[in-house]
Amino acid sequence: MQMQRLLLSTYFLFSPERRTANMAASGGRTVGSFLWKCGNCCFNFNTVSSNLTRQVLSRQLCVSAVLHRKNLAAAGPEKFSEEFIKKQVEEFNIGKRHLANMMGEDPETFTQGDINRSIAYLFPSGLFDKKAKPLMKHPDEDTFTKALAVEKHQDRLRGKDLFTQDAKQISLVGSRWLLKEELEELLVETISEHDYARFIQLMERLLSLPYCSVEEDFVQRYRRQLEIQSSKQQVQPLQYDQHGVAYSTGDGRRKTATGTVLLRDSGSGSISINGTNYVHYFPVLQDREQLMFPLHFMGVLGRFDMQCSVSGGGHSSQAGALRLAISRAMLSFLSEGQVETMRQAGLLTPDPRIKERKKPGQEGARRKFTWKKR
Amino acid sequence: MLLLAGPCFIFVAKPTEQHLGQYYTVPPSHFHTVFPHGLPPRYQQQVKTFNEGCVMVRQPALELISHLKRADYSKPTLRYLLYGVKGSGKTMSLCHTVHYCSTQGWLVLHIPDAHLWVKNCKELLPSSYHASRFDQPIQASNWLRNFRTTNEHFLSKIKLRQRYVWTKRESTEEGRPLGELVDMGVSRVKSSSDVVGAVLKELRLQAGGTEGGFRLAVAVDGVNGLWGRTTLKKEDKSPVAPEELTLVHNLRKMINNDWCGGAVIATLSQTGSLYAPSSAYLPQELLGEEGFDSMDPFVPVPVSLYSEKEFESCYLYYLDRHWLQHPHSQTEEGKKELIFLSNRNPSVLERLCAFL
Repeated sequence: MQMQRLLLSTYFLFSPERRTANMAASGGRTVGSFLWKCGNCCFNFNTVSSNLTRQVLSRQLCVSAVLHRKNLAAAGPEKFSEEFIKKQVEEFNIGKRHLANMMGEDPETFTQGDINRSIAYLFPSGLFDKKAKPLMKHPDEDTFTKALAVEKHQDRLRGKDLFTQDAKQISLVGSRWLLKEELEELLVETISEHDYARFIQLMERLLSLPYCSVEEDFVQRYRRQLEIQSSKQQVQPLQYDQHGVAYSTGDGRRKTATGTVLLRDSGSGSISINGTNYVHYFPVLQDREQLMFPLHFMGVLGRFDMQCSVSGGGHSSQAGALRLAISRAMLSFLSEGQVETMRQAGLLTPDPRIKERKKPGQEGARRKFTWKKR
Repeated sequence: MLLLAGPCFIFVAKPTEQHLGQYYTVPPSHFHTVFPHGLPPRYQQQVKTFNEGCVMVRQPALELISHLKRADYSKPTLRYLLYGVKGSGKTMSLCHTVHYCSTQGWLVLHIPDAHLWVKNCKELLPSSYHASRFDQPIQASNWLRNFRTTNEHFLSKIKLRQRYVWTKRESTEEGRPLGELVDMGVSRVKSSSDVVGAVLKELRLQAGGTEGGFRLAVAVDGVNGLWGRTTLKKEDKSPVAPEELTLVHNLRKMINNDWCGGAVIATLSQTGSLYAPSSAYLPQELLGEEGFDSMDPFVPVPVSLYSEKEFESCYLYYLDRHWLQHPHSQTEEGKKELIFLSNRNPSVLERLCAFL
């Protein structure tokens, strides 16, 4: 509302030019309220004849508009209640009388057609779109019909006890939207990326509206279930050697290093890698800590004996490969819950990072050549 | 002598087998005299930090000491060789034995690291005594100075049996005390290597003698450096063989068992050795053929990593000295982690605890 008032006031200011682009944005709604307001302030204007020049009007009007603009900004948004609608209707009627006064016609017999003609005369618009031109219509006709209809509908539902505020939400946990390829397969036509993005946007919008659970079937058609991760782990059964000691093997890879581990139960915590002691094979503390992590996490530090063999990569990647191998070998000694904790700790995830390819025109994968200004 | 059960530390002058795994303190006065140059650098730092020197009594040192007690000193010298993986405590055992010998009143000839003589030498002079050999003045004078600090009381007692001529004008007469020779070597740096040779020869001749009657202990650390290759080069860029160095030559003569009245205690060391793979620790690998033949026959003394009891004792010592500050290291779990990460290797454990 205040935006329209502001823009109308600016139109008044620029009225000698008769051509502004500002009016296009506002889409003229009720002028009545605006005129009524300014009529209230400068009440002298009523008594004075309608042949006042526009310059006088503009001088008076711009002051009042500014003052009122500030006031209205402080108040909150207006709600569509009965009082509000009544007020708007009153304002319209008063505005109609003012307009009739201005045009020098009889306020009692001022029809809607007369209103339209006078508005077109007072606010000439160079715009082509009919809806963009300033208009003055009775409130009942346009403005509040939709909102009132919605409220009537909701009242009817409340009467029938169908209006429940706590709408059921569609559970989206454990499922994902269809991928672009899957959607293409479903619709048997190619889709561009923009279209796919728009589709996802619209589906999300649908989910954000209330009562979306009514269309649950429709939405679920475009979602796929995610698989539970922990059930993917293949836990091999324990093997027993000739002395009855349980043992298991595991292998792991990290960044071109591969390692295999033979875990033996009821040992003393001795580890041999490629035949040598692990203190000599991994002089760096960090690598030994990597080996220690799975055992320490499950609290079985001194229980197992390990025979490892590793090849490829550098010392860090060999340590990482052995760590993964140890975790995998330990799975057969542990219970389900412990397997899940290990998975969540990230011990069972193979590290996918590898060396990035060097690109032509650059010195390395990311490093560019030295930039010379000339 | 106190006898306390369990791994705790006591201050004993003469540790015996009952004190295996326990610590004994070296009195501070001994430190400067007995060990001016012998201790491992990290241990020296630890001594400075803790304001005391505590040595753990371990099996290899006790074995050596028992051998020394029972040996017959009229027969040619026995040679003992300490060997083990890197960081298992060979040098510390050697120092323990050296301390024992000095408390018993022996004359100790302690060469801290034979590798220092075969590498990183800035000055290499051609020897005046022998044309094809090379002198190392700096190393020789350093060693003589330390030798003087260690064996002050012997220097005046031992008399020279031969006349030594250094230059046209200088010579040392027969019957002069050894101290004078040593002083001359320290002051005249140019001829210090020859002085070293002379000192060694004198000691060798006089060690088993009935008059005077002192026992000589030759303690060499890193003995495998004497028979390998050197990194030193002559002026025409050809490599120098160890035999061409005066110091090495004389030391080799010392290690030969053609004299009596003492013992030779040696350790192998891979840490400072040249051209040896890091996984080598056995005598054959580190000494090489030539070295093994000249050392043969010897008494091998293996030095192993900490046993459970010894580890326990070391851990409690660090706890008592408040060296392990981290609260987690004082729990059982922390101890298990320490065992795992160090695999009970003494030097690795020490480095690990240094930042805890």
